[in-house]
Amino acid sequence: MSSGVNSIVEVAGLTKVFNGTTAVDNISFEMYEGEILGLIGPNGAGKTTTLQMLLGLTTPTSGQIRLFGLDLRKNREEILNKVNFSSSYISLPFSLTVRENLMVFARLYGVREPKKMINGLLETFEIDGIGNIPTRRLSSGQITRVCLCKALLNNPRVLFLDEPTASLDPDIADKTRKLLQRIRKDNGLSILYTSHNMKEMEELSDRILFMDRGKVIALGRPEEIEKKFHGASLEEVFLKIARLE
Amino acid sequence: MKVSRVLAYTTRHLFLYKRSLPRLMEVFYWPVLDLLLWGFVSVYLGRHAGDVPGFVTFFIGALILWDILFRSQQGISVSFLEDMWSRNLLNIFVSPLSPAEYVSSLMLISIVKLLLTSTVMATLAWLFYSFDIFTLGFALIPLIANLVVMGWSVGIITMALILRFGQEAEILAWGVALFFQPVSAVFYPVEVLPGWVRTIALFVPSSHVFEGMRKVISNGGFPTEDLIWAFSLNAVYIASAALFFSWNFSVVKKKGLLAKVGE
Ligand SMILES: Nc1ncnc2c1ncn2[C@@H]1O[C@H](COP(=O)(O)OP(=O)(O)OP(=O)(O)O)[C@@H](O)[C@H]1O
Ligand SMILES: [Mg+2]
Repeated sequence: MSSGVNSIVEVAGLTKVFNGTTAVDNISFEMYEGEILGLIGPNGAGKTTTLQMLLGLTTPTSGQIRLFGLDLRKNREEILNKVNFSSSYISLPFSLTVRENLMVFARLYGVREPKKMINGLLETFEIDGIGNIPTRRLSSGQITRVCLCKALLNNPRVLFLDEPTASLDPDIADKTRKLLQRIRKDNGLSILYTSHNMKEMEELSDRILFMDRGKVIALGRPEEIEKKFHGASLEEVFLKIARLE
Repeated sequence: MKVSRVLAYTTRHLFLYKRSLPRLMEVFYWPVLDLLLWGFVSVYLGRHAGDVPGFVTFFIGALILWDILFRSQQGISVSFLEDMWSRNLLNIFVSPLSPAEYVSSLMLISIVKLLLTSTVMATLAWLFYSFDIFTLGFALIPLIANLVVMGWSVGIITMALILRFGQEAEILAWGVALFFQPVSAVFYPVEVLPGWVRTIALFVPSSHVFEGMRKVISNGGFPTEDLIWAFSLNAVYIASAALFFSWNFSVVKKKGLLAKVGE
């Protein structure tokens, strides 16, 4: 496939049918290198299902997924080495300390100098103080940040995040956004993420992918989408579309 | 298959046992209790069972070996449950660790676990009942190997069912090995079983292992025939378990259940 040098994720005709219900309905899009793409849509729109297909966790009913120009079905290992994932609904083994958990994944990804990497990430997320306590004692916001550290351990080129800021307080959520932007700038990382926080989406995303009932109904820069649907903000657009039933 | 990844994931369990007292107890507490309780029962019964030669030795040997099968199954399915409970499965399956590598690391851990447990049990059996596990001689190694492999097969199938059916199948992780105990002829010879159960026992690898164990204890020598049976059956079962797991894994991915396991 020769669809532009800098397109890093290519999705074509992707469909997922769960016994009769179409969760994702023939969607196609591309993601560019270094881009932050925000995935929005009402509950049940198919966002999580899409992310899971991109990570190889759910098998598509039909359609094509390519990352780094490689077919996901045939190059699972090579692709997964260069991507990572976090969300507010995953966690890490409770009995292990934060550092131990991160060490396990650092080894899984074959990280060089894992200790240094882990210390760096803990500092970046301002959680170096909790490195040696068991994961069970963390607050949900702290777990979210530890999982984000996990997601950055392998220096991924694409990061998939499903509602990453859902359990963070406004201060930490804001810091996390700034951090993601910084990492994106420093490492040329691409991020595909979902959120129900429209302000966040406007602030963070280069482009927005708007899904509704399994379909892509808009794809473009936040201001383009606002213009297209005659809304003053993304929130207004969202409400318009969600109540359009 | 990449060995470095298999080993990497094994460290997760090593950290766990370093951290968690209950987990460490599970390796030592139950087996030791079993051994003490049933050991003394058998010593007592042995006094009155003059006509069953080597009664106590049979019984204690059986206890230790049965525990190996049990631990090897649990080493797989309980470790998997821990990943499920801690909502860690997605972290694992979005990493380059393949399902086969994941299962291999669980197998490796189960070996470490049961080496620890059986060393403790064998030592205690020697101290309390002057039972010397090494009277089984060289046959000990293939006998144990067969129990371990059978435990793996059962553990892998259990894990597949939990992935597919979720919490309803969880109970299997704890009790499924016990299901095989009666037909394994652990504490009595196969010949006491009624005819049709004996036919079932013929296809259960562990029944051959325990028959073999009793033969070695009473006559010495090497239970070649029993071991050939056990190895052949195990080869079929472990291969079937692997195929079943791999087929089931693809069904689970089609149904989008990976993210929902444990909910
Ligand atoms: N494993 C599954 N089996 C059957 N149906 C499923 C499965 N996973 C998702 N669905 C259905 O697919 C549709 C899309 O769900 P999905 O989780 O992708 O939505 P979402 O956009 O992430 O929603 P939310 O904002 O609530 O997280 C829903 O109708 C859901 O019920
Ligand atoms: Mg979702």
